[in-house]
Amino acid sequence: MADISFLLLIFFLVTTSMDVNQGLARRLPAPVPPDQKVENTDINKRNLMVVKINSANQLMVQGQLLDVKQLRAKAKEFIKNENDDATLPKLVEEDFGEPIGVVKYTKDHVISVQNDVDTQYQAYLDVQNELVAAYNELRDECARQYFHKGYAELDEDQQKQVQKVYPQKISEAEPKNYGGE
Amino acid sequence: MAKIRRNDKREMPALNTSSLPDIIFMLLFFFMSVTSMKEVSYKVQFKVPQATELVKLEKKSLVRYIYVGTPTAEFRKQYGAETRIQLDDAFAETNEIGEYIVNERSSMKEQDQGLMTVSIKADKETRMGVIADIKQELRRAYALKISYASTQRTSF
Repeated sequence: MADISFLLLIFFLVTTSMDVNQGLARRLPAPVPPDQKVENTDINKRNLMVVKINSANQLMVQGQLLDVKQLRAKAKEFIKNENDDATLPKLVEEDFGEPIGVVKYTKDHVISVQNDVDTQYQAYLDVQNELVAAYNELRDECARQYFHKGYAELDEDQQKQVQKVYPQKISEAEPKNYGGE
Repeated sequence: MAKIRRNDKREMPALNTSSLPDIIFMLLFFFMSVTSMKEVSYKVQFKVPQATELVKLEKKSLVRYIYVGTPTAEFRKQYGAETRIQLDDAFAETNEIGEYIVNERSSMKEQDQGLMTVSIKADKETRMGVIADIKQELRRAYALKISYASTQRTSF
């Protein structure tokens, strides 16, 4: 008996791999039909935050060199626009239903990530991660304010409500050669 | 009067092993429950990048993987050291991804087809050009739910 279970045990010991499948979940935009012209949607400049990553993995946010560690705070400031700054996205009032009620939020903000062909995958993922983290933190703050619970503890409908206040808008451009030779 | 005898040679009793199977079984069940079989044998080697905002991939049957990395030592002679893509058990070109996705999707149950997730397991040193090509290919194949496989970062 013990021999057989030993055998099985060793088999599972060998085949086991503890790594769980986890990753940064993203959603790609639907493909553009070939017959459709690419229209340049006119985005108001104040609603747009451009994050560029060059081939040396350096970050440029709104025309300024920035460290990736500061990106989260910068993104949060941009998405929230707490003080109705004229250089940050326009605030729009909308009713989100109980218990959030009528709140001002930056409806049309867009964060555009542009990377070089030679950008390292890790650097790209760092940026994506920080932006997602900014949204997650804001949603969590919102959940705590109105539901007195963390975002993860809310049920599905409540999460959707919170998502409406902070809609995730990260757009990705086709990679171009920035800062190349 | 009884004499209390002192045994100079006291022998150690044999270790009782009757509970050994129970212990082994317990270990066995532990490993059985945590085990997850490797999906394929890797032909490329990669170290996935690190991130913090991780989401676990539920439902293995809905996930398809794309491996990106440099060929392992045994394939290096044949394929060189350039970054390559692996689908299932074979090397593939970028333009084969679309077909692969369509095939995999059609083999799923109909109600599950919209829930398919593609997990990109790429080496952290990969150039973004490769990843961007894959993403374009996935978009074309309407595989829009993707996940960049990564490990938990403990410190910045």
